[in-house]
Amino acid sequence: MTIETTTAGILALIAIMTVVTVITRFGGVFLMSFVTINPRIESFINTMASSVLIAIIVPMAFSGDAGSLAALVVTAVIMLAIKKPLPAIAAGIAAAGLVRYAGITSL
Amino acid sequence: MNPSTYSYQLQTGKVRAEFFRLLPISLFVVAFGAAFGLAAVQKGLEPLQALLMSFTVFAGASQFAAVDMWGSEVSLIPLIAVVFAINSRHLLMGASLYPMLRDMPPGRRYGLLLFLTDANWAVSAQDYQNGKRNLEVILGGGLVIWIAWIIGTWLGVYFGGLLQDPKSLGLDMVLGCFLLAMALGGNKSPRTLVAWTVAAISSLAAWKWLPPNTHVVVGALAGGAIGFFWLEKKADDEDRVGVEEETST
Repeated sequence: MTIETTTAGILALIAIMTVVTVITRFGGVFLMSFVTINPRIESFINTMASSVLIAIIVPMAFSGDAGSLAALVVTAVIMLAIKKPLPAIAAGIAAAGLVRYAGITSL
Repeated sequence: MNPSTYSYQLQTGKVRAEFFRLLPISLFVVAFGAAFGLAAVQKGLEPLQALLMSFTVFAGASQFAAVDMWGSEVSLIPLIAVVFAINSRHLLMGASLYPMLRDMPPGRRYGLLLFLTDANWAVSAQDYQNGKRNLEVILGGGLVIWIAWIIGTWLGVYFGGLLQDPKSLGLDMVLGCFLLAMALGGNKSPRTLVAWTVAAISSLAAWKWLPPNTHVVVGALAGGAIGFFWLEKKADDEDRVGVEEETST
C-alpha cells in the first residue's frame, strides 16, 4: 500500500508518523500499568534503563568513522576522570572535529 | 503531606531550572534540526510540511529515515515499520520512568510523555539511579529541546543552503557524547557493568545480524535481563550477591 505525496497525502503520512511515535511514547508506560512493581521488576527496569544508553552508543561507535569513535572515547575518558558532563561532551565533539580535520577516516 | 493519591507534584521552579539546564544541549539540537529541514526540502517536502512534521512527530532519527523513503509516493507499511522500530526505544524509556509516573494522574502522566526524548530521559534516568526523582526535566528539558528542534527545522528549510557541513565540526556526535556522559555518570556496580557488557554485545550482534533498527531494544532488554535475574542485595548481606534464579515464588 502506498500514499501519493500530494498535499493531502503528505499530511496523512505526517499524521501516521505522529500516531506511531505517540504509541511508542505512551506504550511502555501503558503496559507497565498492568505490571506489579516488585524488587525484581524494579531491578529489571533500572538495569534496562542504563542498558538503553549502551545499546545506542556501542553500535554508533562501531558503525561510525574514526571521528565518531574518537568523540566517544574522549568523552568517556574525561567523564570518568573529572565526572563533569559538559567538559566531557565538549572535548568529545572537539575530538571528532579534529580527527576529521586531520583527514583520518579509520583507525 | 498531600492527601491526594497521586503524590508526585511537578514543581514549576524546577521545571524552569531544567529548561535552562538543557539549553546548552538544545543549541546542538538546532543544528540537527537544520540538517533535517534541509534534507526534507531536498526530498520535496514543502517548508511548512517539514515544520509540521517536526512539530508533531518530534523524533529526529525517525524523521530522517522517513524523508529518506520519500518519493512521488511512499509505501505505508515500510514507513510505519521504520518509524516504529527507530522509536521503539521510547517504549523502554517510558517504562523505566513508570515508578515515578505512576504517582501522577494519568492525564498529566501521558501529557508529560509527549515530551519524552533521548536527552531529557537520560537526565531523568540518571537522576533516578542516584536516588533523585526528577520528572521536571522531562517537561522543562523536553520543552526546550522541542522548541530547538522546531527552530532548527525552520532554519534548515529556509536557510539550509548556508549550512556548513555539521559533520566536519563533530556536531553529529553531540547526542552520542551526551548519552555516554549520562551513562557513565550513573552508578557503576559490578551488576551494572555486567549488564552493560551484555547490552553492548547483544546490541552489536543485533546490529550486525538482525533487521535494521532493532539493536537498541535488543541490547536494552538483554541488559535488563541481567537485572531481572541478579538482584542487588542490601549492603548487609553483600557477600551473598550472585546470579540467582527462581528464588521468588
